[in-house]
Amino acid sequence: MEFFRIKRDIPFMKHALILNAVSFLTFVAAVFFLVTKGLHFSIEFTGGTVVEVQYAQAADINKTRHTVEQMGFGEIQVTNFGTSRDVMIRLPIKPGAKQDQVADQVFAELCKAERGNVVSHKEVTPQGESVDRRACAVGDAEPLKMTRSEVVGPSVGAELAHDAAMALGFTVIGIMLYLAFRFEWKFAVAGIIANLHDVVIILGFFAYFQWEFSLAVLAAILAVLGYSVNESVVIFDRIREAFRKYRKLNTHEIIDHAITSTISRTIITHGSTQMMVLSMLLFGGPTLHYFAVALTIGILFGIYSSVFVAAAIAMWLGVKREDLVKAGPAKAGDPDDPNAGAVV
Amino acid sequence: MNRYPLWKYALLVVALLVGLIYTLPNLFGEAPAVQVSSAKVVVKIDDAVRQRVEQAITQAGVTPDFVHLEGGSIRARFHDTDAQIKAKDAIAKALNGNETSDPTYIVALNLLSRSPAWLTALHAFPMYLGLDLRGGVHFLMQVDMKSALTKKAESMASDVRTMLRDKTIRHAGVSREGNDVVINFRDEAIRTQAQNLLRDQVTDFAWTPSGAGTELRLTGSLTPQAVIAVQDAAVKQNITTLHNRVNELGVAEPVILQQGRDRVVVQLPGVQDTAKAKDIIGRTATLEMRMVDDSAEANAALAGTGPVPFGTERFTEKDGVTPIIVKRQVVVTGDNLNDAQPSFDENHQPSVTLKLDAKGARVIKDVSRENIGKRLAILLFEKGKGQVVTAPVIRGELGNSFSITGGAMSTQEASDTALLLRAGSLAAPMEIIEERTIGPSLGKDNIDKGIASVTWGFVAVAIFMCLYYMMFGVFSAVALGFNLLLLLAVLSMLQATLSLPGIAAIALVLGMAIDANVLINERVREELRAGLAPQQAIHAGYERAWATILDSNVTTLIAGLALLAFGSGPIKGFAVVHCLGIITSMISSVMFSRALVNLWYGGRKRLKSVAIGTVWKPGTTALPTDPAAEAVEAK
Repeated sequence: MEFFRIKRDIPFMKHALILNAVSFLTFVAAVFFLVTKGLHFSIEFTGGTVVEVQYAQAADINKTRHTVEQMGFGEIQVTNFGTSRDVMIRLPIKPGAKQDQVADQVFAELCKAERGNVVSHKEVTPQGESVDRRACAVGDAEPLKMTRSEVVGPSVGAELAHDAAMALGFTVIGIMLYLAFRFEWKFAVAGIIANLHDVVIILGFFAYFQWEFSLAVLAAILAVLGYSVNESVVIFDRIREAFRKYRKLNTHEIIDHAITSTISRTIITHGSTQMMVLSMLLFGGPTLHYFAVALTIGILFGIYSSVFVAAAIAMWLGVKREDLVKAGPAKAGDPDDPNAGAVV
Repeated sequence: MNRYPLWKYALLVVALLVGLIYTLPNLFGEAPAVQVSSAKVVVKIDDAVRQRVEQAITQAGVTPDFVHLEGGSIRARFHDTDAQIKAKDAIAKALNGNETSDPTYIVALNLLSRSPAWLTALHAFPMYLGLDLRGGVHFLMQVDMKSALTKKAESMASDVRTMLRDKTIRHAGVSREGNDVVINFRDEAIRTQAQNLLRDQVTDFAWTPSGAGTELRLTGSLTPQAVIAVQDAAVKQNITTLHNRVNELGVAEPVILQQGRDRVVVQLPGVQDTAKAKDIIGRTATLEMRMVDDSAEANAALAGTGPVPFGTERFTEKDGVTPIIVKRQVVVTGDNLNDAQPSFDENHQPSVTLKLDAKGARVIKDVSRENIGKRLAILLFEKGKGQVVTAPVIRGELGNSFSITGGAMSTQEASDTALLLRAGSLAAPMEIIEERTIGPSLGKDNIDKGIASVTWGFVAVAIFMCLYYMMFGVFSAVALGFNLLLLLAVLSMLQATLSLPGIAAIALVLGMAIDANVLINERVREELRAGLAPQQAIHAGYERAWATILDSNVTTLIAGLALLAFGSGPIKGFAVVHCLGIITSMISSVMFSRALVNLWYGGRKRLKSVAIGTVWKPGTTALPTDPAAEAVEAK
């Protein structure tokens, strides 16, 4: 099999202006949504309480919302999570209230709404593990179960937000230094702009759709940043190689050639990584959902930005043959030698 | 050219074997088990207890797989749950008798790895599953350091008072202001004298003079090193106290760890009742010092010939047998105890040094003066039940700091006693700042979903590789499998805690690792397209792809390290797997796949073609349509 049967170099750079305008517009849109709508941070960042309950029958969201609203926690969110029986309730931090009792209070209240009592009973799981559980009992029936609860204090949230910013900063600076060391500053700048543009676009998606931005999403963004920068590295490598090999071509043509000769592997590598991510999206359940979504957007825009944005920015910044090929002609080797300075 | 020296193959075979051995324990699953741990701080679990457990099990007619003593608890593994329940009842009866409300030993049901003994002997254990995969409660607690420092300053103020009095240095009052100790003086010369004394004897505080005329002050503030030491000690003591309390919950494998400077993580797998867990964690055991009654009536009561006198209580001494009659009146409580440390007395015998605060010191001074020659009992109350930790004879007037010596106390006993005395109180109050509860069914669900993602992703990638790159695709898929094996083995060896983000990282690492093989295969195709002979093309392909693979891994590693450095909790789990995966993928996708290629093709002298899918050349019009013909002949 061979998907890519490209006969001659595709003139990407002829359309560089249009492509860059497109990505600029997407970027502006992303920033616009980030500013106007803002990110929907998970409670890991904001602090607060999340309670997940599972009803025996399909849940009546409105009833649940009404029950919790009456408790006076301020702005709450009640949504289905995974199946129609699972309900997720998000509560903000209520000043003065004891944070660590909120989850139990909510559960007790929901239980009361089902005309049940909260009892503690000892259970032995099928594996033989002994488990103490607070259950809501109506006679022998159990109308709802608490599957998960999470309480985060305000100080932890602020700290996490700070650490997240530090991690992003560390990654960006680390990658820039590496690129600057590996090539020269124009490429470093081009590479990092192209990939930060991906990051902003992922964030833009999360802002527009108001998807929950959690720590896992942040991890996905950083992972994909490190991953797709590499694509730019490959193209820059080819550009350098082409500058050595084809002395007659101008910068445009060189870049076109570099992109054309790497596009097949760019798409196949990203495609195979995406297969894995797709599997997470399909089988990973609600916990991994947004993690996989962030990776998917990151990988798709990663291809786009490495191919169309990074090289174009390097071109606008004015890369010249002299920037990359500093060695004299003696070192450049025979232009006809297919092995000269070859890197994938 | 495409041949590995024998040692390289040998190395890879060893890696494969080690990988298999350490991954294996994860596949056996878990078997029912019974865990016995101590319910009381004074009761120790040792080999004698293990033998009793073994005996009880045998008498119940159940054969265990094994009965092990492991780090303060005894674990017995069984074949099925029937045997487990039967054994649990038998053990509980043998150890605790009919006492059910306040058992001495906690006998809990648990799960243990089913992996065979020879694997355990090789130190191959399964990975530890995080709370999100097995269910349980997670607390993050913040230690209130301010109060620990205040407590330290408070105790220093009373120490200073004693020191100055001993040297008859006249001061105009010692007080604590914030975390500082302030001493007032009327005379410059006396202040200098005091400053010299304190500088020599107190290293934890830095002393600075201020004021003029008759309003002279000497302010002592904790040195930065001392602040750190106080904080460390406070967190350590809180962790010890938490351990004692958590043991009572009968949790099989509690995790209590320091996180950062002033935080403690408590993870209780299997516990679902947060309210009860919080109740137990938040409770304080209380320490009380009371006088021992040695009157005639009390002696009669001890001999069993009379009733316990009015205003006294009967307890048993540390050994749990000898009775002791203690007055109900409390001399000093644990609130007045600042510290208890193992030490050595003037005869170089192990002892325990107690430090009381000002109020406690005043009381103990009066009481001890009047009761020289009598015994002072130190009792620890937990769940309303008291135990005598120690009951030494008072040899003289006691101050704010005194030692318990004598008996034939060993160093171990001294430090155990000190620990018990400290166990009563938290060094500093703690507050729960993060709490997470995960139901057991959700945990099971998370495991299944995580495994499904990895499996199906792996299968999809493997199929694609085999179709697109033929034989080379098969090598790549096998190398990817080797990568997964290595990664699991390394994680098991490190005894890392696997969480759902960790599983996601495994999936992502596999997705990224296959890139290296795509790079290599594409490069080999390119070399073939350029007209190289197959053997040369393989060689050149691997050689030249290496630089790019290194590049891609360096940038990914930078992001991984950033997450490792700044992440916490679940993200740290993700980062650890991510970073390790990058390293194992370099080994597997480059070295291992090369070894396979070398084994398959390397030995052939006149290699005409390699199966790497279509090597399409621009200009050739006749495209092979038959898949069998895709093993294209180059040159």
